[in-house]
Amino acid sequence: MSDNKTIAICGGEVVIDNQLQAADVVIRDGVVAEVGQNVNCDGATVIDATGAWVMPGFVDIHTHLREPGRTEAETVETGSRAAALGGYTAVVAMPNTEPAIDNLGIIEQIRSAAKAALCEVAVSACITRGRGGKELVNFASLSAAGVHIYTDDGNGVQDTALMLHALQYASDLDVVLAQHCEDESLSAGGFMHEGAVSSRLGIGGIPPEAEELMVMRDIALSRKAQVAMHFLHLSTKRSVELVRDAKAAGMNVTAEATPHHFTLTDEALNSFDPNFRVNPPLRSAPDRAAVIEGLKDGTIDAIATDHAPHAPELKELPLTEAPCGMLGLETAASLANSELQLGAVELSRLLSINPARIARLHETHGQIAVGRPANITVFDPNAEWTVDPMQLASKARNTPFAGRDMTGRTRHTIFNGEVVVADSKAQR
Amino acid sequence: MAFLTESERSLNHLDGSPLSYSFKDDSFKDDSFNRSSGFLSVEGRSRANLQAILNVASSHAQRLSNEDTKSTALAGKTVTSLFFEDSTRTRLSFENAARKLSSDVMTFTAGTSSVKKGESIKDTVQTIDAMGVDAFVVRHSSPGMPHTISHWTDASVINAGDGAHEHPTQALIDSFALLERLGRNDLVGQNIAIVGDVLHSRVARSNVWAFTALGASVTLVGPKTLLPSNIDDWPVTVSNDFDTVLKKSGVVYMLRIQKERAATGLMSSVGEYVSRFGLTDARYRSLEPNTLIMHPGPMNRGIEISPLAADSDQSLVTRQVAAGIPVRMAVLEMCINNTINNSTINGNQT
Repeated sequence: MSDNKTIAICGGEVVIDNQLQAADVVIRDGVVAEVGQNVNCDGATVIDATGAWVMPGFVDIHTHLREPGRTEAETVETGSRAAALGGYTAVVAMPNTEPAIDNLGIIEQIRSAAKAALCEVAVSACITRGRGGKELVNFASLSAAGVHIYTDDGNGVQDTALMLHALQYASDLDVVLAQHCEDESLSAGGFMHEGAVSSRLGIGGIPPEAEELMVMRDIALSRKAQVAMHFLHLSTKRSVELVRDAKAAGMNVTAEATPHHFTLTDEALNSFDPNFRVNPPLRSAPDRAAVIEGLKDGTIDAIATDHAPHAPELKELPLTEAPCGMLGLETAASLANSELQLGAVELSRLLSINPARIARLHETHGQIAVGRPANITVFDPNAEWTVDPMQLASKARNTPFAGRDMTGRTRHTIFNGEVVVADSKAQR
Repeated sequence: MAFLTESERSLNHLDGSPLSYSFKDDSFKDDSFNRSSGFLSVEGRSRANLQAILNVASSHAQRLSNEDTKSTALAGKTVTSLFFEDSTRTRLSFENAARKLSSDVMTFTAGTSSVKKGESIKDTVQTIDAMGVDAFVVRHSSPGMPHTISHWTDASVINAGDGAHEHPTQALIDSFALLERLGRNDLVGQNIAIVGDVLHSRVARSNVWAFTALGASVTLVGPKTLLPSNIDDWPVTVSNDFDTVLKKSGVVYMLRIQKERAATGLMSSVGEYVSRFGLTDARYRSLEPNTLIMHPGPMNRGIEISPLAADSDQSLVTRQVAAGIPVRMAVLEMCINNTINNSTINGNQT
């Protein structure tokens, strides 16, 4: 990949030890060799970072790559290209593939496909076999094979006792169970957030309580099992408050939020466009504000895309029949930049440092420091561009941000010392 | 419908029409009224616009009763009914109305169609559209489907019922029948109770917008489980006490109740529902003699409405059915003439 090449990232401001400072970064043999102002750039390929932030490569802990089973919508390769263009140097592949990722054979299949990827692809696995909600996966053997995150994402584990047993059984392994919080008896028949908009449009609603009850339940289970727990895609005000309170009580819980939940609201469904159908649904304006607040005050540890590609014909089905989900990898960092107004250090925390830690990728991602693998993103916070679905690297086109003007864009992405994105173009 | 090239599609939304919203001002408002000639919803329409449509309906009603020569207003035009959900009554009413204006009529119902063979709705619409269609009359169980279809065709799209969203011609029909009986052209000062399963009712939603636009005070009545939540911004009052509301209502509009609602606990039993929210014989007898009774049909006689009430002189039920033809004639004619969304009572363009 990085055969004896020297690369110098020059002219930018670098996120180092929670500070943003003008510096150049020299990479030799795929490893960060020097960081500073008077570095030795002899013989180096120079990458221009003028006006940009040089950040630790982004890490997405919630990516649906659709391989195996739905490769008409995305593959490991196309998804990793979308990730690299979005500034990601690592993604965690979600296990709700067809078949679901619940055994070593499928994991090997994905790892094999990931050899051609433009970023690191870490694999997660289900909590229950086939995501059936009945029997636990073999956590110990999967853990021994390097799987760190477990989730039935797409569904929450409905059976309370089974979820408790999963937490207790896996408590001696270095793994984290991540919950998609949804009480399905409350969400049944719902297609969007239950609120003023759903009532007016006559669309079945998903009440906030469908999520909040499971957040509440799993905080209780995590406390009983005395084990860490991660909450996927928080979408409601009360969910954020529950996690905030749990953290204040000293519990070892982490949480993520998606760009669409901190950018959009249920008002988008006035268009009846299935591209806005997602689970958990786009919520009310106060919910959105609470998610933003949670991201800013540290209640929510990470931004995660929940990148969910779907073939175009499926998103042309009637709203009540179309599958849930939206693309996210290529727009996430831009939206974080423009919607949160946090600056480079805080964005690095939400897009890289914390998610790398949650996914146990922090040895190789989440920090720019001498001697570490060069997983680096050069992000221009002022670059302006417009989202054109046809120009996305993802195989699918189901972005809810078609036509939206964005501020901030990944200029270059360096994965293990290889420049995989240069001037916002994928290099392979 | 002009089929787009691949590069043109890239700039469009849902591959079929320009982006219907702008991110620049975060405006996601329903663009129903900007779409040139469709009749997708009642919500947002002015009193003057509804009155203009009802005036055209009146002139059609007059012509029909005078047995004048058949109108040729839509001669050479084609109306296609596109019913993805079975509703023979509504479909026949629209098709009859189209024929009375000398339009050609094509019928597509999902039961006999290629939808069962896996053809997408978009392909179905564009295939039929290519045969030359001036108006689609669309019924679908998914809210907003007529709206979505309007992005895929240049023909007028008329909403004949979309899930629990709207049934706009039904609301015009109800307004027509009610105004005809009252001998007025607005509903100012009228207290109207809409009773029953408002949550799942497209008829209730369209009537809330139509009755209130025409000046009525509307009260929604039902158990909390069957009333929509978060409706503080609706121009209505809400009650769970039918008997109290009944005393103050000049019009009582009964909605059809589905017995299956008991299965998920939205009501306890049909019997208790009737005792609390049915227009029973006893409640009927307690009405003022000039209180009017309405129901969109089909009725569950003996459940939400007693036969005595349904067949009484105070009932408008048969007038509601009769109003279907002239009202749908007006809607079809004004859609195809592209006047439905810009006509008002003072500046009627037809």
